[in-house]
Amino acid sequence: MPESPAVETHGLSKHYGDVHALRDVDLRAETGSVFGLLGPNGAGKTTAVRILTTLLQPDGGTARVAGFDVVKQAAQVRERIGLAGQYAAVDENLSGFENLEMVGRLYHLGPRASRERSRELLEDFQLAADGDRLVGTYSGGMRRRLDLAAALVARPPLLFLDEPTTGLDLRSRLGLWEAIEQLVAEGTTVVLTTQYLDEADRLAERIAVIDQGRVIAEGTPRELKEQIGGDRLEVQLCPGADGEAAVSALAGVADGRPELVDGLVRVPLRERSGAITAAVRRLDEAGVRIDDIALREPTLDDVFLQLTGHHVEQDDEPAER
Amino acid sequence: MNAVTDTLVLAKRSLLRIRRQPDLLVGFTVQPVMFVLLFVYVFGGAIETPGLEYADFLIPGIIVQSMVFGGFVTALGLADDLKKGLMDRFRSLPMSRSAVLTGRTLADVFSNVVQLVVMIGVGLLVGFSFKTGVLEIVAGILLLLLIGYAFSWVFAFIGLTASSAEAANAFGFTVLFPMTFVSSAFVPVESMPSWLEVVAENNPFTKMVNAARALFLDTPAGNDVWLAVLWSLAIVAVFAPLSAWRYRRAIRR
Repeated sequence: MPESPAVETHGLSKHYGDVHALRDVDLRAETGSVFGLLGPNGAGKTTAVRILTTLLQPDGGTARVAGFDVVKQAAQVRERIGLAGQYAAVDENLSGFENLEMVGRLYHLGPRASRERSRELLEDFQLAADGDRLVGTYSGGMRRRLDLAAALVARPPLLFLDEPTTGLDLRSRLGLWEAIEQLVAEGTTVVLTTQYLDEADRLAERIAVIDQGRVIAEGTPRELKEQIGGDRLEVQLCPGADGEAAVSALAGVADGRPELVDGLVRVPLRERSGAITAAVRRLDEAGVRIDDIALREPTLDDVFLQLTGHHVEQDDEPAER
Repeated sequence: MNAVTDTLVLAKRSLLRIRRQPDLLVGFTVQPVMFVLLFVYVFGGAIETPGLEYADFLIPGIIVQSMVFGGFVTALGLADDLKKGLMDRFRSLPMSRSAVLTGRTLADVFSNVVQLVVMIGVGLLVGFSFKTGVLEIVAGILLLLLIGYAFSWVFAFIGLTASSAEAANAFGFTVLFPMTFVSSAFVPVESMPSWLEVVAENNPFTKMVNAARALFLDTPAGNDVWLAVLWSLAIVAVFAPLSAWRYRRAIRR
C-alpha cells in the first residue's frame, strides 16, 4: 500500500467575518519530507496549521493529515501529530520536567515511561541542568526548546512547527534549526511555517508561498530562487559618479541588466563567488568611485515583489489568530 | 479510563501551580477571613439575629460565600491558559476533551477543603460553635464542597467566555459578589425592604446558607437542604455542558 501524504488539502477555505484567512488552498506534503509554508504576517499560515492540527474547523474544502480527515477523524489525527510554535505553549508555573511529564501522561504513555521520556528529552535539548527549575525563569530560547520537546514526547511521525524561530536571537535560531534537522534525519515529517526565506531555504525541501490566504507559488527552494533571480550585488556609487558608466562596467558580471536607482546599482548575479572582486576591478578600470558594495540574498520581500508585484505588507491581520 | 487519568494529571498540574503561587490561595483565603473579622467585630453589634449569636449566624453564611468564590482560581487559570496558548497544546493532544475542565474543577475541591479548614478554624476562634452532631456536621461540610464544586463550573464558563482574566475578575465581583450579599448570609432577610426580601428569600445563596445553618446550628431546615443540593446539581447540569461547549470552540486570544 502506498503511504498516504503527510498533508493533503483541497480547496481549503476559512474566513473570519469578511476577512478571508484561507482561500481555496491546495497543499500536498509527502511523508518523510520537510514542507515549508512561507509568507508574511497575516498571510494565513497559522490558520492553515490550526486547521491541520484540528484546533480550527475549515469553512470549506477538505484536509487530510497522515491519511485522516481533520474534521471527521480528529482523534486519529491527534494521535499522530506534535505541535510546537511561536507561542511556546508551556506552563510557566511548572518545571521543565513537570511540563514534559504532564504531556507524556496526556499522551497516555504511563507514569514511568513519561518520566523516562521527559529526562531523555531534557537531555536531548540541553535542558537537563534546568529541568527542575520553573519555566517562568527560562529564557526565550529555552522555552522554545522545551515547547519543541513537548511536541516530541510521544515521538509523533508528523510534526507541525508554527514559526519555530520567530523572535529568537541568532544563536537560539541556529540551535533550533539543528534540533529540527536532527529530527528530520531520524525520519520525522515536518510541516513548518515561517516568514523567513533563509529558514525555509535551509530546512524545507518544498515550499508553498502564501499571501492573503492564497498559495501564490510552490516548489523547491532552488526553483523559487531561480524564479526570483537568486543573489544580487548592490553597489552604492559616490555622489557625482557616472551611473551609466557603472551600469555598463557591471554588465559584464551581471545575469541580466543591472538597474540604477538613486545612485544604487542592483546587479543580478549568476555566480556569487568572485563577483565582488570582478565588480570592483571593472568599476576601477572605468573610473567609477563607489561608496559601498555588498552581496544580497533574496529576501521574502524580493519573493513577494517578484510574485505579486507588491512588497510584504507588515500589518498584523486578525486572521492570523 | 483515560478521562479519569487525564483529569487527575491536570488536577495535579493545577495544585502544583497553587503550591508555586501560594499568594493565589492566600488571597482567596485572607479575604474571607478579613470579612469574618469585619462583620463580627464591626457590623456584628448592629445586626440583630434573633435566637443566634452573630458569630454563629455569620460563619455558615460567609463559608458559603467563600466556597462560591473558591472556583475563581479556575476562571483565572483557564483565561490564562487561553492567553498563553496552552489550550492549543491540550486541544492538539489525543486526550479526553473534558479533562482540562474536570481537572481544574477537581483541583478546586482540594483548595476549597483548605479554605474550609481555615474558615472553620477562624470561626471557632471568634466564637462560632457547632450545635449539631457529627453526622450533620459532615453532611454540612459535604454540602459546602458540593456548592463550591457547582460554582467552579460557573467560573469555568466565565473563564472561557471573558476576554481576559481581568474581565473574568470584574464579572465575578460585579455580578456574583452582590448576589451573595442579597441573601441570608450576613443579615436576616426579614431586615430588608419587603421587595428585596422577596429577592433574597428566593436567592439560591439563601437556600444554601440556610441549609448550612441547619446542618451546623440545628436551625429549622424546611426544604432548604434539599433545595441547596438541587440548586448545586442544577448549576453543574447547566454550566458543565456550557463550559465544554466553550472549550471546544476556544480560540487563543
